Amino acid sequence: MLGRLSVPPTVKRGEPFAVRVIVQHAMETGFRRDYDGKVIPMNIVDRLACTYGGREVFRAELGSGIAANPYFVFYVVAHESGPLVVEWKDDRGQEGKVAADVKVA
Amino acid sequence: MRRRDFLAAGAAAIVPIRAAAQEVHDIDPFVNAITSGATPEEGGIEIELPQIAENGHSVPLTVRVPAPMNELDHVTAIHVIAERNPRPAVASFHLGPWSGRAEVSTRIRLAGTQKLTVVAALSGNRFRIVKRPVAVASAACIDEASL
Repeated sequence: MLGRLSVPPTVKRGEPFAVRVIVQHAMETGFRRDYDGKVIPMNIVDRLACTYGGREVFRAELGSGIAANPYFVFYVVAHESGPLVVEWKDDRGQEGKVAADVKVA
Repeated sequence: MRRRDFLAAGAAAIVPIRAAAQEVHDIDPFVNAITSGATPEEGGIEIELPQIAENGHSVPLTVRVPAPMNELDHVTAIHVIAERNPRPAVASFHLGPWSGRAEVSTRIRLAGTQKLTVVAALSGNRFRIVKRPVAVASAACIDEASL
């Protein structure tokens, strides 16, 4: 599964920076029907988590009320240069992962 | 039949049909599940949401909870509940002092004009709640519900 992650090019130690992530996913609610009237089965990303510096810094539990191609902005305090990873999983067990390098100036 | 009676009867006939399309859920059980029965304090959450959303399939939402975000006083979670959605629990976001700022933005689906509820959980077992009305011109799910 595809996704995109963006963090500022450099961040200041001790200050929060914005993490933007978008996941390519239809987020099928299970309420829609196709042209033959058959229910399109539910398929949503229900978990997304972000780790930075070896610890989880953000976690989301999602429902069908999140729009298609889920997009999130959240904040994390910068403390060291290193990878920031966002991982997600849908209700069929499909997983996705994106990473970005945090550079503390 | 007088014109006035006719209009009144017409209005009465229309309202139940619309209400049946997407019922409004009682959100108290959702709030209680978050607070374990405690009554949350009203206010103390800033919600950025359009007053009129043209398209309910994707409505931009930003939730900001003013808090120092230190070890002693921080937001641990933000919960979003939409009373008129078929599944009212939209999302739960878990934060901590490492967040630095209790602010989350996303895009949500709204199945009609309703009040959006945001519950924030803070350290020390404290809770805040804010409800924000939003008008939705073209609701998510309505076209499916009418099939």
